[in-house]
Amino acid sequence: MIGLGHYLTVAAFLFTIGIFGIFLNRKNVIVILMSIELMLLAVNINLVAFSSFRGELSGQIFALFVLTVAAGEAAIGLAIVVVYFRNRGTIAVEDASVMKG
Amino acid sequence: MALTAFFFYLFSFVTIASGVMVITARNPVHAVLWLILAFFNAAGLFVLLGAEFLAMILVVVYVGAVAVLFLFVVMMLDVDFAELRAGFVKNAPLGAFVGALLLIELVLVVGLRFAGGVVQSTGPALAPAAGSAMTNTEAIGAVLYKSPFVFYLELAGLILLVAMIGAIVLTLRHKEGVKRQSISAQNARTPATAIEIAKVPSGGYTIPDKTKEQV
Repeated sequence: MIGLGHYLTVAAFLFTIGIFGIFLNRKNVIVILMSIELMLLAVNINLVAFSSFRGELSGQIFALFVLTVAAGEAAIGLAIVVVYFRNRGTIAVEDASVMKG
Repeated sequence: MALTAFFFYLFSFVTIASGVMVITARNPVHAVLWLILAFFNAAGLFVLLGAEFLAMILVVVYVGAVAVLFLFVVMMLDVDFAELRAGFVKNAPLGAFVGALLLIELVLVVGLRFAGGVVQSTGPALAPAAGSAMTNTEAIGAVLYKSPFVFYLELAGLILLVAMIGAIVLTLRHKEGVKRQSISAQNARTPATAIEIAKVPSGGYTIPDKTKEQV
């Protein structure tokens, strides 16, 4: 019998893979964005699993909003990557240090 | 039930495996393709949970729009991806440490709290809360357009609008030296500015001065 814990474990694995991906590809913005997408997917799996097992729909609605924000984030992030590449000729994150922040 | 378990393990294994491939693939195009596979299998998990609408939205929005956007950008940018992987091995131990810590914590919390079935876990309720005659899409539609959630729906639309305008403003550029059509300037032309009426003297053909010298 597949219970709630099974789904939550899958989501936990996926979230960890996303975090590990950010550490692993610290220079490549595109793979970092993809790792963020993986983490948001894990959150969505959690929300939908809770919604389904508790028998109410709020979780699925929130997953819908997470999906919306993730789409907007990907669009803006990739636009920034394109503009950055046009100006600097590279997408290495470590070069983005003009403001010495 | 055995079939459900089989598909759960299939989908979750492929999702996690392709997630690993996303972050370790050498070629970013391959990484995007693995990401698409992960999204498809997560959609399969959603179907198993009874959330068919979200599963289809995941396929349409993520695979159809976001992943294709990633693919466009990866193929458009002429980046030396081998150079970007320079710190790959150096960063791995720290990342593995943090990741393992987080995973252990998450699995401990999840395993101890929810594996025993603290929340009512009698299996996925297919059409939650609103009578079993409704499909999942109908149930979502019945809730989403009512008072508490409709404001968030409007807000989500506003976020998408801002994201669209932002992406356009960020990437739009006017190249120097390219002739463009200006429709407003075209429409603003009047006969007074467009036509010049020259008075041609009658009674003879006059050669202009310049050509006279050449002849």
